[in-house]
Amino acid sequence: MDFKLTEEQQMLQETAERLVRDAYTFSNREKFSESEAGFSPEFWNQMGELGLTAIPFPEELGGFGGTGIENMLIMQELGKGLCLEPYMESVILAGGLITQLGSDAQKEELLAGIASGELQAAVALEEQQSHYDLCHVTTTATRQDGSWTLNGRKAVVIGGHTAGKILVSARSAGDVRDQSGISLFIIDPNSQGVRRRTYSTVDGRKGCELFLDNAKGELLGTDGEAYDAIRYHSGRAIAALCAEAVGSMRVLCDITLDYLKTRKQFGVVIGKFQVLQHRMVDMISELERATSMAILAACLADDEDSEERSAKLSAAKYMVNRAAQYVAEQSIQLHGGIAMTWEYAGAHYAKRLVMIGHQFGDDDHHLEAYAAQLSI
Amino acid sequence: MDIHYSSEQLAFRDEVREFLTNELPADIASKVKLGKHLSKEDHQRWQKILSAKGWYAPGWPVEHGGTTWGAVEKHIFDEESAAAGAPRTIPFGVNMVAPVIIKFGTEEQKAHYLPRILSGEDWWCQGYSEPGAGSDLASLKTRAVRDGDHYIVNGQKTWTTLGQHANWIFCLVRTDPEAQQQRGISFLLIDMATPGITVRPIITLDGDHEVNEVFFDDVKVPVENLVGEENKGWTCAKYLLTHERTGLAGIGASKAAMRHLKRVASKQQKNGKPLIEDTLFRTQIAQIEMQLMAAEMSTLRIVAAASEGGVPGAESSILKVQGTEIRQAITNLLRKAIGPYALPFLPEEMEYGYEGEVLLEDYSPSLASIYFNMRKLSIFGGSNEIQKNIVSKMILEL
Ligand SMILES: Cc1cc2nc3c(=O)[nH]c(=O)nc-3n(C[C@H](O)[C@H](O)[C@H](O)COP(=O)(O)OP(=O)(O)OC[C@H]3O[C@@H](n4cnc5c(N)ncnc54)[C@H](O)[C@@H]3O)c2cc1C
Ligand SMILES: Cc1cc2nc3c(=O)[nH]c(=O)nc-3n(C[C@H](O)[C@H](O)[C@H](O)COP(=O)(O)OP(=O)(O)OC[C@H]3O[C@@H](n4cnc5c(N)ncnc54)[C@H](O)[C@@H]3O)c2cc1C
Repeated sequence: MDFKLTEEQQMLQETAERLVRDAYTFSNREKFSESEAGFSPEFWNQMGELGLTAIPFPEELGGFGGTGIENMLIMQELGKGLCLEPYMESVILAGGLITQLGSDAQKEELLAGIASGELQAAVALEEQQSHYDLCHVTTTATRQDGSWTLNGRKAVVIGGHTAGKILVSARSAGDVRDQSGISLFIIDPNSQGVRRRTYSTVDGRKGCELFLDNAKGELLGTDGEAYDAIRYHSGRAIAALCAEAVGSMRVLCDITLDYLKTRKQFGVVIGKFQVLQHRMVDMISELERATSMAILAACLADDEDSEERSAKLSAAKYMVNRAAQYVAEQSIQLHGGIAMTWEYAGAHYAKRLVMIGHQFGDDDHHLEAYAAQLSI
Repeated sequence: MDIHYSSEQLAFRDEVREFLTNELPADIASKVKLGKHLSKEDHQRWQKILSAKGWYAPGWPVEHGGTTWGAVEKHIFDEESAAAGAPRTIPFGVNMVAPVIIKFGTEEQKAHYLPRILSGEDWWCQGYSEPGAGSDLASLKTRAVRDGDHYIVNGQKTWTTLGQHANWIFCLVRTDPEAQQQRGISFLLIDMATPGITVRPIITLDGDHEVNEVFFDDVKVPVENLVGEENKGWTCAKYLLTHERTGLAGIGASKAAMRHLKRVASKQQKNGKPLIEDTLFRTQIAQIEMQLMAAEMSTLRIVAAASEGGVPGAESSILKVQGTEIRQAITNLLRKAIGPYALPFLPEEMEYGYEGEVLLEDYSPSLASIYFNMRKLSIFGGSNEIQKNIVSKMILEL
């Protein structure tokens, strides 16, 4: 056991930190968020140039062979800057699925692009009534003359509006909630039969709803056997989101602490009131817990698939969701009215922190998942 | 002791229900139930209907257009109104400035302002808070200097709810800068059309325009707009705050929100069945419902005691804390109920009458926004920390 970062990891962290600090002022973020892409293509390119988008890929595929730790370091910095780029969605999730499931030809075609940042990919797993249960798949896939046709709709595809490719889960066999019979397909979102409805999200990002009406898909992996990989890589996504949340929480705690030390009421700084001191301590204490769980998740994210790994990743997401919501709500409370305003950066951190709970499972979802696997 | 309504009270409830069934415009009710935005005209339309019935100002003395209702009748009315989807009463005129005018105002002021509130001619807003004076209201700095038969007002108010609709604002202003904090403050009524007033929107974190900044630059206000004595405005302010607080528990609104939650949870699915049948989710609803039950009983107890002549004291602070926490907990579950669909931000779908493609359900687009918006409940009307300070001082003598 060792909690120290290697020299390379420290350098990686510093690179990411510097990049975020320089690009992501609050007013820049507002501009990026309101732009058509909903993030900064320039920042995305810089991530590519600095090699950040190549980090998690194996060396033989042009990457750096990074693991959950490296992903954590990058995601934390992105979380600190409240960055909008779909790094998790494209690099960690789509990249991971293609690395594991893709044929040599598919890897060759897609991974170099994803690793350089030239190709931005998205992943469509949720549906209208799936509620975080990724084996709930009603979208159908049928094969005719060796080619696949997809029908149905996928929900809230973050980054899907700008993606060059979207990975879609669809069912080629079995009942709606069966684990078997689910396949993954690569679709070209600009092809016939694909409609995207783009929207902004509450936390300032963009995504889309994906409507598939006899759309063509290219099978990724083995027909009907994608669920294990989906579960495995959504675990990596969970670890990434935990790290992002920790980065955002850290900044929001700093902002709040700063405010407690400067805002005066009743002739003293409000940080003199013991009830607020203790609340701030509780926030920091949640942050500590979340940090530990994010590290745990990062260390397990790239381990071999197992029930224990899944359970611990659920534990991490549960604890981090809870901590994130607590820090978000209390930061608003401790600020009073000012943190209720759009102009205040802290409000946007609070929104992102609550919304992280709506990606890859909320606290209830992971509480149940953990309880179901409780070892006795 | 008996918690059942008397037969007169039941008859009254039926009368209220019938009135609401017949008179509450369906479009307004459905906006309220779906959490859509209400326009100024929506509020005014409903107010006119209530006024015509004589039910717009139930708390006022009958001679000014109020009712003879007791505490239980008011509670029944609030609850039935919320259940039917009636818009909440915007309190600033009818429930805030009016009680102050009735208690401290001159006969001329009563005769002038009260009918205009009843008719809806005047829309009032509350000018208490300032950038530097939030919880510590008595540190307010907006100055009013006497100049002949006018005050000249300079300064800034903030967080002014629905100030963009208002034509009148009641303000706490400093008339004696030498006096100790609470002393040199006066209660002033100001016509928003007076030259020198600027209203600027504040956009809240959910993207809404509900609050404003109001700037005063050499604004001339006639001295007859002073309520009560000069430098004694704090008495009015305190009187108003106790009035405000009793209404802040929001039991009727929480019960309506609870019904909405159950409706939403019946429609949303989890693990292939309705969310309402999911044990974990259902127990969370049950927990909040039990808390709400207790808060309702407490409200009834406190209001009943008050109607015997007691002034609702620090107990209303406890209720404010409980009531706002309950409301926030309900909006938290509503947001969670729609899973990933809490993420899309769809301002156009939040508008009533939207005819485009519905992403999930008519209720879903506003749920995350409402959750964030409702964080305000524990901040305004005296923050929950301040309410607990009041309880420690007043009840516990700490
Ligand atoms: C089972 C047990 C074993 C112990 N063993 C030992 C031992 O081996 N050696 C030893 O020396 N002592 C021991 N203690 C004593 C222990 O350290 C004291 O009980 C402790 O320091 C608290 O002091 P007190 O009981 O006088 O409570 P007080 O100090 O009077 O505190 C009463 C309450 O006030 C709170 N409080 C006090 N000051 C503040 C403040 N500034 N802000 C907010 N809240 C405050 C406290 O948190 C507590 O809730 C033991 C006590 C117990 C119960
Ligand atoms: C949506 C919204 C609508 C509003 N509408 C109106 C309106 O129409 N008219 C109007 O006049 N005002 C309005 N307000 C203002 C509201 O009354 C103030 O926000 C409130 O009084 C808190 O003041 P503040 O925001 O300056 O926070 P602060 O007073 O600066 O408080 C910051 C934090 O410190 C805590 N705190 C302060 N003092 C103490 C203490 N002594 N002990 C412990 N904790 C303390 C608070 O609880 C809070 O957590 C509105 C506010 C909001 C958010």
